[in-house]
Amino acid sequence: MDTLSIIVKAIFSENMIFAYFLGMCSYLAVSKTVKTAAGLGMAVIFVLVVTVPINYLLENFVLKQGALVWLGDEFAGYDLSFLSFIMFIAVIASIVQLVEMIVEKFAPALYGALGIFLPLIAVNCSILGGALFMQERQYSTIGEATAFAFGSGIGWFLAIVAIAAIREKIRYSNVPAPLRGLGITFIITGLMGIAFMAFMGIEF
Amino acid sequence: MSEMQTAMKSKEPLFSKKNKKLITDPLSDNNPITIQVLGICSALAITVQTQQAIIMFVSVLFVMVMGNLTISVMRSLIPSRIRIIVQLVVVASLVIIVDQTLKAFQPDIAEKLSVFVGLIITNCIIMGRFEAFAMANKPWPSIMDAVGNAVGYGWILIAVSLVREVFGSGAISIPGAGQMKFIPEAWLMTGEGGFYLHNNMMILPPMALVVVGVIIWVQRMRNKALIEDH
Repeated sequence: MDTLSIIVKAIFSENMIFAYFLGMCSYLAVSKTVKTAAGLGMAVIFVLVVTVPINYLLENFVLKQGALVWLGDEFAGYDLSFLSFIMFIAVIASIVQLVEMIVEKFAPALYGALGIFLPLIAVNCSILGGALFMQERQYSTIGEATAFAFGSGIGWFLAIVAIAAIREKIRYSNVPAPLRGLGITFIITGLMGIAFMAFMGIEF
Repeated sequence: MSEMQTAMKSKEPLFSKKNKKLITDPLSDNNPITIQVLGICSALAITVQTQQAIIMFVSVLFVMVMGNLTISVMRSLIPSRIRIIVQLVVVASLVIIVDQTLKAFQPDIAEKLSVFVGLIITNCIIMGRFEAFAMANKPWPSIMDAVGNAVGYGWILIAVSLVREVFGSGAISIPGAGQMKFIPEAWLMTGEGGFYLHNNMMILPPMALVVVGVIIWVQRMRNKALIEDH
């Protein structure tokens, strides 16, 4: 698999929202206007691209069976993969905190745009989902893992911006009262998901 | 939330009216999925078969009850600045227990649930209840609250998966017993006759969203107070 194919696959046929429903909570809660949706989308891309490679290194040099062999031959039999959940979530929570502080210090404009969304992202399923899919699919290099993270982030960004745009427009339509708000958002996301299934089977 | 303060009074019977309300509220009018919009990710992804939904429900019930209890017991010891990390560590350790147990006793289902067991960690219902309830309440009401919310989450999960499995594959599955098909082979449309076709749309992931959308629709039709502006 080359890098481009991983990116395209992660954006379209294995879209985080439409194929796996990861990060739905913030997707539904923060998609009322395009501007905030785009801000959150950018933050997700950013955090995914930073955390997935770090978790990839952690997985391959600490957690996987035999990963500790660089410490010496007697460590070859160790399998710490049962610790992966707690390690991944700790990495994500601390990186998010760190990224928030760095961005605040060195890029105040970016902080203004992403600021309020960054803490939310530590508990966004798509970030942990990215790390767990990376572990399950066993990408062979760190480049491939990063490409996957980038593609997933872009896919998430596209999905949330699209639904926010639709929700802005749907305000002027006559939706049945009980379906307004959450209900219609669910059904539209379902229809968008069906449309995205057209990308299935695309291989480069 | 007003019930939070009232639940803190100490001399209450174990199943007082307030405590019962903690359980019954999340079942309909304050349902975590359809009203509070929490925990959607896993609710949608694992509802192709009933058995996965049931296993997921039991896992979430376990993690929520134990987690709410732990956080509630430790609530005065947790510094508020790092509470999110403490909460994450508590959930993550409980989820590791669930994951290892599933891998040992239900390996097939554990494989089908794949990453979604791990994603219980970021299931917003759990973090949401820790933040909103367990951090401010005594252990017993916290357990009640956890049970209520987990069951409110579970029944939506099981309802959605029933619809999807019955119409999508003409079967019902129970953990341990496997999948039971109830549509006779002779009915199925094949080359030589038959009239019945499975609705394959139902197996596709997007249909979970539509089914939940319909549940929300019905619920808000029955209770007009829940209708949103836009």
